[in-house]
Amino acid sequence: MSSNSSAPMTHGINIDALKKKDSMTSEADEIALTVKDLKLFYGEKQALNGINMTIPKKRVTAFIGPSGCGKSTLLRCFNRMNDLVDGVRIEGQILMHDKDIYHRNVDIASLRRQVGMVFQKPNPFPKSIYENVAYGLRLMGVNDRRTLDDVVEHSLRGSALWDEVKDRLHDSAFGLSGGQQQRLVIARAIAIEPEVLLLDEPASALDPISTLKIEELIYELKSKFTIVIVTHNMQQAARVSDYTAFMYMGDLIELADTDKLFTNPKKKQTEDYITGRYG
Amino acid sequence: MRKWIKSGSPWVWLTAASVSISIIMVVGLLMLIAARGLGHFWPADVYSFDYQGDNGQVIKIAGEIRDSERVDTQQIIDSGLKFETTEPWVTRYLIKTGNRDLYGIDFRSLIDPLINQRSKEADMMVVERREWGNFYGFLKQVKLDGKVIAEGQDSWNVLQQQIENTSETFATIHHIEQGEIGSINYTLERLRLKQRGLELKGEDSPEELGKIEEEKQSLQATYKTLQTELKTHYTELNRASLVAETIDGQTIEITIAKVVQAYQPSGMSVFTKVGFYIHKLWEFVSDEPREANTEGGIFPAIFGTVMMVIIMAILVTPFGVVAAIYLREYAKQGPIIRMIRIAVNNLAGVPSIVYGVFGLGFFVYFLGGNIDQLFFPEALPSPTFGTPGLMWASITLALLTVPVVIVSTEEGLSRIPQSIREGSLALGATKAETLWRTIIPMTSPAIMTGMILAVARAAGEVAPLMLVGVVKLAPTLPLDGDFPFLHLDRKFMHLGFHIYDVGFQSPNVEAARPLVYATALLLVLVIIALNLTAIAIRNRLREKYKSLEQ
Repeated sequence: MSSNSSAPMTHGINIDALKKKDSMTSEADEIALTVKDLKLFYGEKQALNGINMTIPKKRVTAFIGPSGCGKSTLLRCFNRMNDLVDGVRIEGQILMHDKDIYHRNVDIASLRRQVGMVFQKPNPFPKSIYENVAYGLRLMGVNDRRTLDDVVEHSLRGSALWDEVKDRLHDSAFGLSGGQQQRLVIARAIAIEPEVLLLDEPASALDPISTLKIEELIYELKSKFTIVIVTHNMQQAARVSDYTAFMYMGDLIELADTDKLFTNPKKKQTEDYITGRYG
Repeated sequence: MRKWIKSGSPWVWLTAASVSISIIMVVGLLMLIAARGLGHFWPADVYSFDYQGDNGQVIKIAGEIRDSERVDTQQIIDSGLKFETTEPWVTRYLIKTGNRDLYGIDFRSLIDPLINQRSKEADMMVVERREWGNFYGFLKQVKLDGKVIAEGQDSWNVLQQQIENTSETFATIHHIEQGEIGSINYTLERLRLKQRGLELKGEDSPEELGKIEEEKQSLQATYKTLQTELKTHYTELNRASLVAETIDGQTIEITIAKVVQAYQPSGMSVFTKVGFYIHKLWEFVSDEPREANTEGGIFPAIFGTVMMVIIMAILVTPFGVVAAIYLREYAKQGPIIRMIRIAVNNLAGVPSIVYGVFGLGFFVYFLGGNIDQLFFPEALPSPTFGTPGLMWASITLALLTVPVVIVSTEEGLSRIPQSIREGSLALGATKAETLWRTIIPMTSPAIMTGMILAVARAAGEVAPLMLVGVVKLAPTLPLDGDFPFLHLDRKFMHLGFHIYDVGFQSPNVEAARPLVYATALLLVLVIIALNLTAIAIRNRLREKYKSLEQ
């Protein structure tokens, strides 16, 4: 543990040790996504009660909150994954490039190519490592061997997996460890170069070392992608994110710069949560 | 005691016992049909018997012992036979005496006390004939063009030489008749239909007809040359003959053309017998049947069964898979879908003969009749598809087995974790793309399971086939060298129906019974082979799409 007393300390973790200085500037951030009065109903039950927020470009935004607070639901709104659930009704808008992604003219498949997603459990396809990464490109009709080779290598390098798998690209993806599988899934998502990358508790099923690697990777990736991450783990949010949103019972309680939220929360509920009084 | 019950060991015993009983029953069944069926091909020793006849005379009888059983003495005495014995039981032998042309029957029952003497006859030969069944007797002479060419000791070798020659000639004749002439006849028939078709359409211009006529002429010319060739072969065939004497002193002359093979079982060593046994077994699986299916082989039936099952599998798998995908992936789950699912499951329980009736009424008469009207008017009034045939049999069985494929495919689909679907959709795949690229490959082991069950059921089904395409004896195989090679309109033979036919419709029940067992064994083996192939494929797929630990 660093003995530098001037660094902000959150739950015993030195945030600055993990962050670069330049990412701390927040005023000039561009906006990637704007959520306007988003309400979501599962049948009769309302799960999101009018969320308003902005997601800054090329920054990491973390959603924290107790189980069932709606943070995963909100995340899945960004690439319309909730459309798959029967009986879901959504009101309000999510703007991307000033266009509502819930407009009926929107092509969901192309939206999902712009907003990639990584799930809680690693879910590689029962194909080779290579084919897993190439999956999205093949969907887009890219079958040229050279292009695919380049993209696969680039993506695997991007997800810090290349050195581990370069000699067995054509082996089954199931032969990888859980942490490697999760990085493979990230490689698969970044292979189609989305603008936004949604991570739904990406490290919750992994061991501590794999978790650390994923966190380092997230840190690398934010130079290229807007990242939204849902996590149960407050330390993780503190370590990897630039902004943190605290949600409770379907409401967005507080969204602020991560340092500020953890060191000096404005709302009582946030403080109670991060100091472990409930949740 | 209570403690023992509580300990659970009676339960263990009960479960283990039921497993053992099942295994014993299956193994017993297989052993029974194997022993009864395979024993038939063993060259049994030939014995001669001095037998006390009805009027006190001693008669000589020769043949193979086919069966022996113990019978109540009183029952035999009541039936009118007179003999003296103190035993309550006597042994009764069933002797295959052959020589149906001389005695009128193939088999005789002898009871032990009336047999004065019994001895092995090393010189007695068994002649397998193309008609009248086996002949049992002693070889006396071999003749060629009416002249004796061998007598006594060396006649046996000469006979074998002659049989070999005629077999070769037979093979040539068979080749010409089935192959070349069959092909010419087939082409002529097609030309006739073409001409009739042109006439019906009113396009029978003289030049078209001339072309057809020309083709016909050339075919007929080839036919003529083949015919003369055949004639020389046939005269060749009828040159040689053998003279033999039966055990009771009758002399008979048999043309060698009618002889399939001749052997002296009692004089054979064990090794020769094994060789002969393998030869007979091979003949059984590779040859065509003779004499109302009671002799020869069953190759057309094996071929027909496998062919029908393969076509059925090709039809049923895509159909069942597509239906299951709709039910599981696209349809809105609700009471209607639940009802459809129940209906599909119940469809598997409908008695198969009902499918046969449906197949005959709908497929053969309605669909087939309409197809004939639309596409084959030139052949009418003789039907092309409006009659039972391979295609209708396969479709009927596909209908019969489609519920099995639907159910197992649905199960497979429901086992695919949601996360895989989401992973694919999140990469911008549509639902259809996800299905094609990921879900269906992952479901393929389950699809194969459905196919295995369907094949197992279809291969053993006989009742519906009797209505929609199976015949006792099909003149041609459904697959041959004539365009379009696979003749879906042809009738075919089937092992299951063959068993029924040989067992119940045969004029010679005693002779046919071992064949029933042998055919049954072969049917089981064919089904096992089909299943093992499918299981091997499935295991490879399973290995490939081994799912995540969920």
